[in-house]
Amino acid sequence: MTPIISSRGLSKTFRGPGGGTVTAVADLTMDVEAGSLTAFLGPNGAGKSTSLRMLTTLLRPTAGTATVCGHDVTTEPGAVRSAIGYIGQKNGAGQYYRVRDELVSQGAFYGLGRAERRRRADELIDALDLGGVVDRPTMNLSGGQRRRVDIALGLVPAPRLLFLDEPSTGLDPQSRSQLWDHLLGLRERLGITLFLTTHYLEEADQFAERVMVVDGGRIIADDTAARLKSDLAGDRLTVTVVDPDHPTVVDALRAAAQGRDATVEHGSAPDTDVAAVRYSVTLDRGDRALPALLAHLAGRGQQVLAAEVRRPSLDDVFLGLTGRSLREEPTEPTGPDQPAPTTVPGVTP
Amino acid sequence: MTSPDAPSTRPSAVLRDTRAVLVRELWPVLRDPFSVVFSLLQPLVFLAFFTPLLAGMTGAPLGDQLQWFVPGIIVMSTLFGTAMAGSNLLAEMQSGSHERMLVTPVSRSALMIGRALKEMVPLSVQAVVLTGVAAVFGFRPHPPGMALGLVLLAVFGIGLGALSYSLGIASRNRDWMFWAVQQGLLFPLMILSGMLLPLESAPRWLQVLSSVNPLTYLVGAERALFNGLLTDPTVWQGALAAVGVATLGLVVGVRMMRRSV
Repeated sequence: MTPIISSRGLSKTFRGPGGGTVTAVADLTMDVEAGSLTAFLGPNGAGKSTSLRMLTTLLRPTAGTATVCGHDVTTEPGAVRSAIGYIGQKNGAGQYYRVRDELVSQGAFYGLGRAERRRRADELIDALDLGGVVDRPTMNLSGGQRRRVDIALGLVPAPRLLFLDEPSTGLDPQSRSQLWDHLLGLRERLGITLFLTTHYLEEADQFAERVMVVDGGRIIADDTAARLKSDLAGDRLTVTVVDPDHPTVVDALRAAAQGRDATVEHGSAPDTDVAAVRYSVTLDRGDRALPALLAHLAGRGQQVLAAEVRRPSLDDVFLGLTGRSLREEPTEPTGPDQPAPTTVPGVTP
Repeated sequence: MTSPDAPSTRPSAVLRDTRAVLVRELWPVLRDPFSVVFSLLQPLVFLAFFTPLLAGMTGAPLGDQLQWFVPGIIVMSTLFGTAMAGSNLLAEMQSGSHERMLVTPVSRSALMIGRALKEMVPLSVQAVVLTGVAAVFGFRPHPPGMALGLVLLAVFGIGLGALSYSLGIASRNRDWMFWAVQQGLLFPLMILSGMLLPLESAPRWLQVLSSVNPLTYLVGAERALFNGLLTDPTVWQGALAAVGVATLGLVVGVRMMRRSV
């Protein structure tokens, strides 16, 4: 099957302050399957938006090529634009314009006929629960409503492929979950390929089938969220044992961790009345290792007070890859449009 | 699905897209017509306070003074209303709506031409309302001349609007620049056009500056046309100035729009 997005060595450099060049995106090479839901995950300034802007014809690549829906982004931008939908970081409807007017105009921009424009607008108003606000200027809408208008605008051309740049940034948790309900529902009904950027770990983790971790303008990891976590972070298993026989417990945990770098950490357990020690280890599939471990320890006369398996988050993955946490907001104000300076060429797996 | 085989550079596609952009631009005007009338406050203030002042200075009767002054005020309302147009585009670039349109296959030229054409609508409405108000105080326009005057004004407005939109694009990363340049140009252009005060008694250097101001010729043409002097040489000079500004505006504007990401 031909990939719906295919890029080879796509790069973008900007002229930076002082005449130097700043690399926003370096050598983006990827294939995205039709029908998939892919997330570009990375901190602000990692090059996510710049990549998206090249794929949607908003920015000309400095080097490399990309094909989107079968058309080259540089030589056939018109054909790419006709085939895709795009939801940018900011609101797409003019603030003085009414919701329905903007939807109908959007249809005209895609060359739809008069009746088709109206029909499409009504359909999307319905699909995105905008019935109550269609005759209001968008400046009078709530953040969540405005975002739904943006999605409706992006869907006007009935695209096969929808790009979303930070779709849920700035929304409260309730609007965010509503937004995802809508997106996933639409995807199921219409079979759209979704390609989005996000810096929300939970979002990538929960919804994306494929996560590309981006840092410094490069893809540094690319897999399903589950595999990224098990390959690059692993589960954290912790047992609290009352009055333990130290070597027995350590050996048992090492055995449970099998091939992994099985460093068993231990420390006194807080909040217990008895003399208990907490042991933890990183391992694959902690949920499967736990029952056997507990049976083994019980057989050796060890009294286990508590056991816990913590699944890794994508933040653990990012931390493992870069030594930095995604949750740390950058101290300097790097806007989404400002490309981050790249570090030395990293290793792309 | 839309037809991907309709490249937006074909003339028919540009025409269709220009219409789409024009219609979108007209929606807020139609939905909230008060916004058009609101920008009439300034010219009305000038009409009410400046005309008696001018009549007192020249000793001419109020009616005669209106025949001279009202065409100038109409050009003024076009000048001030249209020169602000770029701030709308600036706001659309700072929000996401311009970007959203750039990802559609709409022709980039149409995004400029449609907007510039829309400027005709508010300026014509304003000119008609101002004429009506002035008529109450004794202003008597020559109907065919006035119609022709409105056409000239509309052509000029397209050009000025396109230039204002271009300025909006140029100052998209620092919006104070839009207002600094706009205000910095607006007042010299207005004073040097002889719109408010006649420049006959002005010093020579001011007259030279005035003679390179296209607005001078437009004001001259409007005065001749509103008073029925259809064959006055100022009419073709003003028409030339209006067409020149429109051509310059559209050429610059379309170029700027292509680089507006």
